[in-house]
Amino acid sequence: MSIKVVRTKSEFEGKITEATALVDGKDVAAWGTDSGLATVGKRQTRVDGIARVTGQARYTQDLYLPGMLHVRVLRSPYPRARVRRIETSRALAHPGVRGVLHRFNAPKAAFRGEETIFREEVRFAGDEVAAIAADSDEIAAEAIRLIDVEYELLPFVADLEEAMRDGATRLDDKGNVSESGKLDRGDTKRAFGEAKIVVEATYRTSTQLHNSLETHGAVARWDGDELTVWESTQHVFGVRAGLQAALKIPYSDIRVLCDYMGGGFGSKGGAGKYTIMAAIFARQLGKPVRCFLTRDEENLAAGNRSATYQTVKIAARGKKISAIEHLSWSNAGQGRWVADPTGPTNELYDIPNVRTRSYKVTTSLGALASFRAPGYVEGTFALDQAIDELADRMGEDPLALRRRHAARQSDPVTGLRYSLKRLLACYDIGEKEIGWQHRTSEGTRGSAPHRRRGYGMASQIWGGSGWPPAYATVHLNPDGTAVLRCGTQDIGTGTRTVLAQIAAEELGIDVGAIRVELGDTNSQYAPISAGSLTVSSVGPAVRLAAKDARMQLLDAASGLLEVGTSELRVEHGAIVSKGRRTPLGEVLKQVDNYTVIGKGSRFPNPEGLSLKTFGAHFAQVEVDVRTGEVFVDHVVAVHDIGRVINPLTATSQVEGGVIQGLGFVLSEERVVDRPTGRVVNGNLEGYKIPTIRDVPRITVRFIDDPDTKASNIGAKGLGEPPIIPLPAAIANAVANAIGVRVRTAPITRQRVLDALSLQ
Amino acid sequence: MPKAVPFIGPAAVDVAFEVNGDGVTVHVPPHRTLLDTLRETLGLTGAKRVCDEGTCGACTVLLDGDPVYSCMTLAVACAGQAVETVEGLSSEQGLHPVQEAFIEHDAFQCGFCTPGQIMSCVGLLKRNSSPTAEDVLRAVSGNLCRCGAYPNIVAAALSAAKKTRR
Repeated sequence: MSIKVVRTKSEFEGKITEATALVDGKDVAAWGTDSGLATVGKRQTRVDGIARVTGQARYTQDLYLPGMLHVRVLRSPYPRARVRRIETSRALAHPGVRGVLHRFNAPKAAFRGEETIFREEVRFAGDEVAAIAADSDEIAAEAIRLIDVEYELLPFVADLEEAMRDGATRLDDKGNVSESGKLDRGDTKRAFGEAKIVVEATYRTSTQLHNSLETHGAVARWDGDELTVWESTQHVFGVRAGLQAALKIPYSDIRVLCDYMGGGFGSKGGAGKYTIMAAIFARQLGKPVRCFLTRDEENLAAGNRSATYQTVKIAARGKKISAIEHLSWSNAGQGRWVADPTGPTNELYDIPNVRTRSYKVTTSLGALASFRAPGYVEGTFALDQAIDELADRMGEDPLALRRRHAARQSDPVTGLRYSLKRLLACYDIGEKEIGWQHRTSEGTRGSAPHRRRGYGMASQIWGGSGWPPAYATVHLNPDGTAVLRCGTQDIGTGTRTVLAQIAAEELGIDVGAIRVELGDTNSQYAPISAGSLTVSSVGPAVRLAAKDARMQLLDAASGLLEVGTSELRVEHGAIVSKGRRTPLGEVLKQVDNYTVIGKGSRFPNPEGLSLKTFGAHFAQVEVDVRTGEVFVDHVVAVHDIGRVINPLTATSQVEGGVIQGLGFVLSEERVVDRPTGRVVNGNLEGYKIPTIRDVPRITVRFIDDPDTKASNIGAKGLGEPPIIPLPAAIANAVANAIGVRVRTAPITRQRVLDALSLQ
Repeated sequence: MPKAVPFIGPAAVDVAFEVNGDGVTVHVPPHRTLLDTLRETLGLTGAKRVCDEGTCGACTVLLDGDPVYSCMTLAVACAGQAVETVEGLSSEQGLHPVQEAFIEHDAFQCGFCTPGQIMSCVGLLKRNSSPTAEDVLRAVSGNLCRCGAYPNIVAAALSAAKKTRR
């Protein structure tokens, strides 16, 4: 095979970047609709199912190495302060304490643009001040309370809207607010002037906490100069890069592993301070070291979805939307970037005049982290409600209004044609499944006199095309079994299973004959498991690796069976030649222990096309007008993501997205005490994620039309799409039910009652 | 920061109980939870630590047949009782029907809450061989799942009950 340099455009969470990657060999044409596939597209239970239901699946949290030390972190109780003095003698005298790290003794370790992991000026309640390594977690937890710290308190600001104001405490020399995104299309000024109807509204969304059930954490062990780190991560190669930057050691000395991991939802994108602490302690103390965040720490210092303040001005002329202006401010906390809630406004609907601005606001709180469709959930909450508000004023059906702006087959931002767009088909299916004909503009009576029923819907756009680089290898053993090795991760989405299906399809062996090994930097590179890009990036490489192995196998079989290669094929683990089946094990038995190794790369996306995923959610709700409680009766989720490789796991993923969206729109809200700047509900008691009682009937539908221009597997990503439109669909259904709109998420009982009382 | 006095208590004691059918004796301080004892002393890491304060159910095990949060149960309180964990469900004959149903219905994604969900369902089937969907909701309403596998968990529990009755 030969190596080739390719340039590729990629879209990650709404941002387009160009990259250069290497590919190996040649790509193949996509499987078409009529390819007669045996495994791909079929319902397949998880290949790691037994490990996960028996407790055998080993998560990073389950790793207890002999002699391992445990780390606990002392965090600042103040939102902003200077650490003037740290006295550790009492802590170090505590039996079982082995070491302490803080800003006065820790080695330099570059971390996200800073030189150290312990700041002189702590910038949020929860910022790292010191860490203790001890013989047990219990001892470490006791010892951090024996550290005495002298703080010089500094002024802070924790609230988004307070930080935006002129005269607010400045947390950054350049001010708290900075522009993070802008787009101008057409002439909004003129369009608003000429419009017959103009609607303006302000929307707010609260900070959502990931609450992955396995908290962030790592275990580090040195063997001489070699560092092995086990980490609960969405990106083993990202962790490796973080360790290299912090410790200044070569890649050849670092191995990062992640076999099973308990959820990430965007927050586990690279090395954390806990990773670096574990590595430093392990080196200093000569023992394996584990550092895991507690639930409270997880909710202070491991990321969140930014709260937003958004204003939308939208206008109609005739039967169509003529202009939209969307301004958005996101609470980045101490984050150095921010997601863009105006992305959907820029891309989703065909509106001629658009003006959007997105601003990052720095506050004295923990940094944001990507959270399943960052920006797009918050932005769609505002955009799709504004469209409904406009439709109401126009006296139009909101679905009919959207149809007029959803048919366009090219990307309004880049002007490029879509490889495939079936948004209107999503509308058709959703309309029928929810029973949209029962919707009236006034809402209807619910199942009891004090209950009102309403219907709402919203649309979804997201990337999810995937891109290079991504690589995989397939080792075909002499007994006819195979090992698929890839540097990606299975964060719970079913990656292992889907990749096994792709490899099985191309190899001609059964899924059960393939072992999938992921999450190891000793494999070739694979990208972060985020942005709905795992299957779409890695899947095509896996297919090519399997194909390479199959071609080599056929060459070998041709020699061994003395039949021309063109007369041979592989089917269900056997070489088939002129109606005769010889199991692979028998063919390869004739040679002494030869392992066929197939390699595959992800090739670039097609030039001149825009690759997106689309979808629509429809909701039927009832609202108790006495208590303000929202009851979701039925959600219909329709998605256009190209080929569905595994309908079983894909359906689960959509249900999961819907349920997480329900949390966002109905119950999840981080609460910060303004006078002290502290998070008061950083636990699963006070922070309400959905329970099994909160789950409505969910109908999942896929268009399942392979996007044959996208890649050789025709599949795009599905991780993010199913959370994006749900909150807006629910908000629209609530407004339809009660005739008044709640423009703040989550739509709590109090907010519903407040809205009703203003009616 | 509040200054706390480190724990000084009675010394560790021997506690004997049954884990997955085998008798064990552990030497633990009186404040050690059953969860820590299972995970750190006995090497049974199926039960997970998620909240460590009785709000999520990921550490659920059976104590004399009833589901308990093992992070809220002291090891010393288990003396003479039978503890069942997810590791003890399957046998040489194969998986427990609830485990099989969880795979068949895809009742998990990341799988971190799964041992707890399964133990709550097994506990339910021990008490009630013909549960309704409402019974299942009640049985697992104390088990949080962040991936949102809930609809499939209900389907799996009902299907396992049906198979067990046959």
